[in-house]
Amino acid sequence: MLEEFLLTPRQYSNLMSGTWVTIQVILGSFALGTVMSLIMGVARLSTRSWVRGTALVYIEFARGISAIILLFWMFFALPILFGVRSMPPMMAGILALGLNMGAYGSEIVRGAIQSVPKGQTEASIALNLTERQRLRHVVLPQAVPIILPPYGNLTIEVLKGTALVSLIALTDLTRVALVIRQNRVLSDDPVNVPFLWINVLIIYLILSQVIAQIFKVAERRSARKFGSA
Amino acid sequence: MPPARWNWEYAWEITPALIEGMLRTILATLLGIVIALVLGLFFALGRRSERKLISYPVASFIEFVRSTPLLVQLFFLFYALPQVEFLPRSISTLSPLTTLVVGLGVHYACYCSEAYRAGINSVPKGQWEASTALNLKTTSKWRSVILPQAIPRSLPPLGNYFVAMFKDAPLGGAITYAGVLFIARALQSADFRTVEPFTIAGILFLMVSIPAAMAVRRLERRVAYESD
Repeated sequence: MLEEFLLTPRQYSNLMSGTWVTIQVILGSFALGTVMSLIMGVARLSTRSWVRGTALVYIEFARGISAIILLFWMFFALPILFGVRSMPPMMAGILALGLNMGAYGSEIVRGAIQSVPKGQTEASIALNLTERQRLRHVVLPQAVPIILPPYGNLTIEVLKGTALVSLIALTDLTRVALVIRQNRVLSDDPVNVPFLWINVLIIYLILSQVIAQIFKVAERRSARKFGSA
Repeated sequence: MPPARWNWEYAWEITPALIEGMLRTILATLLGIVIALVLGLFFALGRRSERKLISYPVASFIEFVRSTPLLVQLFFLFYALPQVEFLPRSISTLSPLTTLVVGLGVHYACYCSEAYRAGINSVPKGQWEASTALNLKTTSKWRSVILPQAIPRSLPPLGNYFVAMFKDAPLGGAITYAGVLFIARALQSADFRTVEPFTIAGILFLMVSIPAAMAVRRLERRVAYESD
């Protein structure tokens, strides 16, 4: 029974190289998403109305359009609009998923900043800190413990979203599984299709558990470092 | 001169087909919502069950579904299920629409169960105690006391999940369901044009999802107002 469930070593090594591509996509999207979240989350609370407006338009647009439509539009339409020949699928994937993540993330950042007690801001003004110092040394550090839990969930959502890049021919974990399934007739390695997909699902499950654990450690650390939460 | 990047005539020509695809995407979403609403409530109740034989498997199933990509789940339903030997064909071989609806429905039922759970937990303890004091049976306690108070409070998060479900519905294209994205891809391979189909698909999408998200926000305010 167990042997039936396992795939051949060659298939596993293919799945592993697909997993590596998936990890690269999630790292890239996470980096871009986090930068966008911080910038746009802060911009949403700016005193200048045009900054607030720009952030709002970005958030509504990147959240309202689904990640998959954004991905296809970036990959197929954007290069032609700009007169470039084509965009590498990895870049299109990271751009689409990162921008999408940033829209959700900035709402998390905004909520967390707003939940920092007002007295902290007032005290920073009284201490004559500049706006940037106030944000960097007073408000954001206190927002971190509030940001982390929902941000971990968001990161798992983005991990799930990385499966979409298989549709623009990037050989991530999902794509590798599709190829193994397609080649099963010609290949020397026979494959039981249900078990193949169960293996893939379990790899994704492991990846999301790893992300959840990383965030749990980060939450514990930030709670120790920044007190209360 | 480079070829025109945006051709209005072509754009108008393909819009009706894309709208039709959009309607199919909306149809799949609505059917998925029905499944998620009903199944999600059962999941929420199952997870609360005092019998570990029920609550453990339900909780692990929810965790598993929430941790894995919907796209892979759809591939599993579409490609793997028909090859499971002991299942009768009529159950295991699903049409693209059924696959998409079942996939969306079960995936989001796991999210909806959390929304219901939060709603149930927000019912004050006195209500439970009063039901016990009045000697209500378990079914009438749930039906007449707890759920009528829990469900209105679950509505805003449920609404958010339905908007999210709509955004995932174009995935049906990967299993040949002719929704808006599938039509855009078909136009791309037929006419070798990409800018118009994908841009119009995106605009159509925003035209539905932004008003839907706004409606959910209004609902959120209203529920918060009423429960104050």
